[in-house]
Amino acid sequence: MNALRWWQKGMVGVSLAVLAFLYLPIVILVVFSFNDSKVTSFPLAGFTLHWYEAFLSNEQMLRALSNSLVVASFATALSVVIGVAAALALDRYEFPGKRLFQNAILLPLSLPGIVTGIAMLNFYKQIGIPQSLTAVVIGHATALLGVVVSQVMARLAKLNRRQLEASADLGATSVETFRRVTLPAIRSSIFGSALLCFTLSFDEIPVTYFLTGREVTLPIYIYSTLRRGITPEINAVGTVIVAVSFVLIILSVTLLRDRRES
Amino acid sequence: MTRRTLASFLALFSLPLAWVLLLLVVPYAIMISVGFWTRQFPLFHPDFQFGNYVQIFSDPQYTTVIVRTLKIATFVTLGAVILGYPLAYFLVFTVRSAALRNLLYMSVIVPLWVSYLLRAYTWKIILGTDGALNSLLVSTGIVDAPLDIFLYNQTAMVITLVYIFVPFMVMPLFTVLDNIPRRLIEASEDLGVGPFMTFWKVIFPLSLGGVIAGATMTFCLAFGDFVAPVLVGGPNGTMVANLLQTQFGTALNWPLGSALATVVLALVLVLLQLSMRLDRAGRVDLA
Repeated sequence: MNALRWWQKGMVGVSLAVLAFLYLPIVILVVFSFNDSKVTSFPLAGFTLHWYEAFLSNEQMLRALSNSLVVASFATALSVVIGVAAALALDRYEFPGKRLFQNAILLPLSLPGIVTGIAMLNFYKQIGIPQSLTAVVIGHATALLGVVVSQVMARLAKLNRRQLEASADLGATSVETFRRVTLPAIRSSIFGSALLCFTLSFDEIPVTYFLTGREVTLPIYIYSTLRRGITPEINAVGTVIVAVSFVLIILSVTLLRDRRES
Repeated sequence: MTRRTLASFLALFSLPLAWVLLLLVVPYAIMISVGFWTRQFPLFHPDFQFGNYVQIFSDPQYTTVIVRTLKIATFVTLGAVILGYPLAYFLVFTVRSAALRNLLYMSVIVPLWVSYLLRAYTWKIILGTDGALNSLLVSTGIVDAPLDIFLYNQTAMVITLVYIFVPFMVMPLFTVLDNIPRRLIEASEDLGVGPFMTFWKVIFPLSLGGVIAGATMTFCLAFGDFVAPVLVGGPNGTMVANLLQTQFGTALNWPLGSALATVVLALVLVLLQLSMRLDRAGRVDLA
């Protein structure tokens, strides 16, 4: 190819600027979490770990953090169990209403979270489930089912059917075939989507906002603190969240990527 | 189905089916019904009337906010196309090494999953009166005193939402651009067409599906956004989602809130349908 034209150079410039735009705010968050001043302005006032200490001694915040971890773990476990079963059934059988069912599962992923949250709140109120962390777990698991179903189905579609037939021909029961052939083939997509569910649940606001009671999750705690004003403690806890999500996300993307050999 | 396959089908499928029907489909159905009910202490009275919808579409308090939300979502979508298209193009056609391209693509989608709340919040740090931008402007002598014009307005909201949702634009664009057969581009060049016309006549039309998919996603997400208006929007930044929040919180008018949510639901579903149609209509068979 010949040298880049002016408009191509322009595009490169814009692209690099957009990449910088994507990361600059995150960098600013991290930088200010170590800044020895209550205001978030330049020049920086000096290095401190004070905001991390403040976060680690803030009991309400730690409680919200542990609530978030519990909610995300249970929601992920439920999503995976129900989602994998649904994906296997959708992949293997034809039945009336299949497309409709699939669309329903995927709906919460494309609808604004607030609509799903309100729908669930209306329903829970009707059947008498009180607003609580349990309600949040059920809500998250339901809203995130689509993540597991779509990822696992994508992997199942690539599975070589002959291996399943061979396994059956060799006398394996369907449970054995699942355990020894299907499961190993889809395992990484299950882990990948589980990590994704965990991160999404950990970060979820709209559904949680409507379903939670007195006990809150970390995003809701931060959200209500922010309405009152900014403290650099939020930058510290934010930095920790960003660091952990980076690791989880990179891990899940790696697991969900199609491996060449399959 | 034989009896045995039916049995294993039911064993697999009963729980997912019951779960989705009871905890997902029924809740949406109930929300839609509550939208037709009347408000009554403590929450509502089940009957059937269109009063809530009449109120939503005639009371300027609601129409103003709906129009504003549509406007902001449109600007956010435009902004995301303007920033996202060159980025996707750059990743696909300019970056030569596959490893570098993967790394850069990953670096675009990773922020998507890194706490949405925190990414909205950083703009409060940046744009605030004693925030990063102001202190930079003051220390470089561009302005004498911190300005309070950056935060709490619709521009701040558009910036924040574009920032949050731009990866949703890049993802489908990247896929679509990456799937354009290189031989079409080579053919165009062999026929003596300049690179700009190749872009305009070959690459751009073939990428429209990605633009539509990304725009739909961005528009729907921005339309239903909940947090950015509260953090950076200010008094003129209320969006539909915040009205919803009020109806279920302080105003305690669940029927009206449910009707509003149904309006949002309908709009998003119509957009999703429309975008699928457009995509299908615009798809060129390259096989």
